[in-house]
Amino acid sequence: MTTSAGRGSLDGAGAAAASAVASRPALLEAREITKHFPAGRGGAVVHAVDGVSLALPSGRITAIVGESGSGKSTLARLFARLLKPTSGQLLLDGDPAPPGRGGRRRYAQQVQMVLQDPFASLNPVHDVRYHLTRPLKVHGLGTTGSLDETLAGLLERVALTPPERFLRKYPHELSGGQRQRVAIARALAVRPRVLLADEPVSMLDVSIRLGILNLLAGLRENEGMTILYITHDIASARYLADEIAVMYAGRLVESAPAISVTDRPAHPYTQLLLSAAPDPDRPEPAPVSGRGSVPSLLTPPPGCRFHPRCPHAMEICSQLPPPPAEVAPGHVSACWLHVPERPAGTVAPAERRHDGPPTRLADDPSHQQGRPTRPALRRSPFPRPRHGQSKEAGDEPAGHNGV
Amino acid sequence: MTGQGAPGRPGPLIEVRGLRVDYGLGPDAVHAVIDADLTLLSGTVLGLAGESGSGKSTLAYAMTRLLRAPGIITGGQVLLHGGTGSPAEAGTINLLAADEGQLRELRWSHIAVVMQSAMHALNPVVTIGAQLTDVLAAHRVRMDKTERRERAAFLLEMVGISADNLRRYPHQLSGGMRQRVMIAMALALEPAVVIMDEPTTALDVVTQREILTELADLQRELSFAVLFITHDLSLLVELADSIAVMYAGRLLEQAAAADLYRAPRHPYTLGLLRSFPPLHGPSRPLTGIPGSPPDLRTPPPGCPFHPRCGFAMDICRTEMPPAFSTGAGGGRSATCWLQDRAHEVPAELAMAGPGSGPGAGPGPGGTRPAQAPLTDAVQPAGAAALPGPAAGLPEGGASLADPAAVPPGGGASLPDAASTTRATGPVS
Repeated sequence: MTTSAGRGSLDGAGAAAASAVASRPALLEAREITKHFPAGRGGAVVHAVDGVSLALPSGRITAIVGESGSGKSTLARLFARLLKPTSGQLLLDGDPAPPGRGGRRRYAQQVQMVLQDPFASLNPVHDVRYHLTRPLKVHGLGTTGSLDETLAGLLERVALTPPERFLRKYPHELSGGQRQRVAIARALAVRPRVLLADEPVSMLDVSIRLGILNLLAGLRENEGMTILYITHDIASARYLADEIAVMYAGRLVESAPAISVTDRPAHPYTQLLLSAAPDPDRPEPAPVSGRGSVPSLLTPPPGCRFHPRCPHAMEICSQLPPPPAEVAPGHVSACWLHVPERPAGTVAPAERRHDGPPTRLADDPSHQQGRPTRPALRRSPFPRPRHGQSKEAGDEPAGHNGV
Repeated sequence: MTGQGAPGRPGPLIEVRGLRVDYGLGPDAVHAVIDADLTLLSGTVLGLAGESGSGKSTLAYAMTRLLRAPGIITGGQVLLHGGTGSPAEAGTINLLAADEGQLRELRWSHIAVVMQSAMHALNPVVTIGAQLTDVLAAHRVRMDKTERRERAAFLLEMVGISADNLRRYPHQLSGGMRQRVMIAMALALEPAVVIMDEPTTALDVVTQREILTELADLQRELSFAVLFITHDLSLLVELADSIAVMYAGRLLEQAAAADLYRAPRHPYTLGLLRSFPPLHGPSRPLTGIPGSPPDLRTPPPGCPFHPRCGFAMDICRTEMPPAFSTGAGGGRSATCWLQDRAHEVPAELAMAGPGSGPGAGPGPGGTRPAQAPLTDAVQPAGAAALPGPAAGLPEGGASLADPAAVPPGGGASLPDAASTTRATGPVS
């Protein structure tokens, strides 16, 4: 995924980073996919997803991480063809997704979706049996062997055992975790190759989330299922996924193997996201840089969409959207900091030693000017007492550059 | 967020003793809170962690007498001790016996509440300014209109919102700003206690972090006490001084935050801690907790956690354990038969905590022990080139490595501790 994540725009930009080839073939791929929603009068549009290229390698779990409004769910719906893209392409096995009603049905049999809220996604007036039989009927899958066996097999795959105890149950008789398992079984009924899971655990209690995540991991492990895992929780993405793609304001900002993203985040937004995530192992609260909020998607900022919040913003960031740049093999970041040759006349920030690939930036002669000043972390109407052991003590020199 | 700003040694501000809350009457009553004992020290942050339906919000609402029918308080005491800087008279008052007049006196000016959903807690057809001044008009009758406006503007600025927003309506603010307005409103009368019921659950992580940082600063500067209710235990470990873990209406474990995290004493706490995937270190399979929380209409006999507990014994299935004191200084407790000193405690539940050494005393009162950056040891070598947040760890904070912090004999189980909790210790 990581290399092809930026393939489309890399080709357009003529960059050379596309040389690395994804180790596994992409089962499902979005190329430069864009979705704009009309908003109000005067032809205004919400730029929900803008030019995102993402490939789901076969038999891998790819996570999309982002805050609300980043476009991650819209992207999932585009993958599921519940939404028609404004522009861009969906490729299944390298071929354009088949058009027309019949084509959509064939597509849906291969690509199934699990929704966020199992309290809403199951019909309260139907039992589990109905929920699982329905997709079989819709897709005209004659069940080899008896229907009961098929249904029992499905329930066993999602660890709802013994199956006969669950087939006659109604959603209200099931716990949240069991409901989500039924929703997953329903998606599995048509034997899809791709599962799109849109925040499958965010509505569930903490103690049962891992059960669902482990179930998804098992599907990948045992059946080679290709899974897209949408989440706002970067820790769970690190746990479950092979690759993580980070979205911000409708754009893909970084993609890499999961551990690389969390351990060596390259993009300032990913760094912000990680420093904000709850982490009991952190000895001190991490200084969070990049205040402010997600921009309006009606009028997204020009250039890089993160630049109004970015502590490292340069002049060029407000002018041109950064092309994806490879910061390590398979690790792509859409940030001007990581672009070796920037267009002439742009200004680089000073002291990039701790943030980016050092060699590419240190020799930039123009880096003395335009150094961004770190914004005050917060303003307070109170005088700041300097406690001997207060949290501020020592956190400046401790070196949190870039985080 | 420690209570360093509080003058002197923090004393108890609110003591909950044997609180019981039912929903409904007679044999069909659901016992939502059972025999809850809880102490909130002044100027500290007490975290109340639990899953949905564990009774954590019910407990908070019962404490403040905000509980609505069909909720009924069936027993116990909630003692409020006169705090500092409050108009309430010094002395102790039992909130459960207080009449409406007394409650009106105490609410907001002494105990304020921040609700979970700021969208629903704010009136959508009234401006922010009017809602803020309304509080002052009701409780500070001697303030005139100009003073109220000024105070409202000050409060908004205090939580990082420009005073221009006084004339705006809630829908014109973002979710994070609305939650800040809620916090400003709660602090309007300088209460001694602020009860926060999942104040950041609906917010994005970055906004959540901003608000919590600001809250920590405010708490240090104004030294109010906080009862912070959330389902996110990993957040509490960072935020709170001490933590109480609730399950099926019962408080199962209470300890200083660092102790609870490093050395849980109750199997449920251990399971919860193992339910949060770590942000650092090698990936290893986590199990979560099998099964799901019980239906409180038909609670299991004995310990409510026994059907999901990997350590369940015969006695757990029939008898509810009392709260056993487990800390050396008596500062922590666990409601589990494993801790009754007659049973052998599994290694996972007998780890030495950072604050469990002699002299560490009850966690909530003392300075919070620094958490050792265990992750340093497993930082990948390449981390220096492209530092993430983890690479910004300050140096020299290795308090766990300090032999004085670990009681003799406890050190042996330390590697175990690191491997079984979310900590990614020098083992592996």
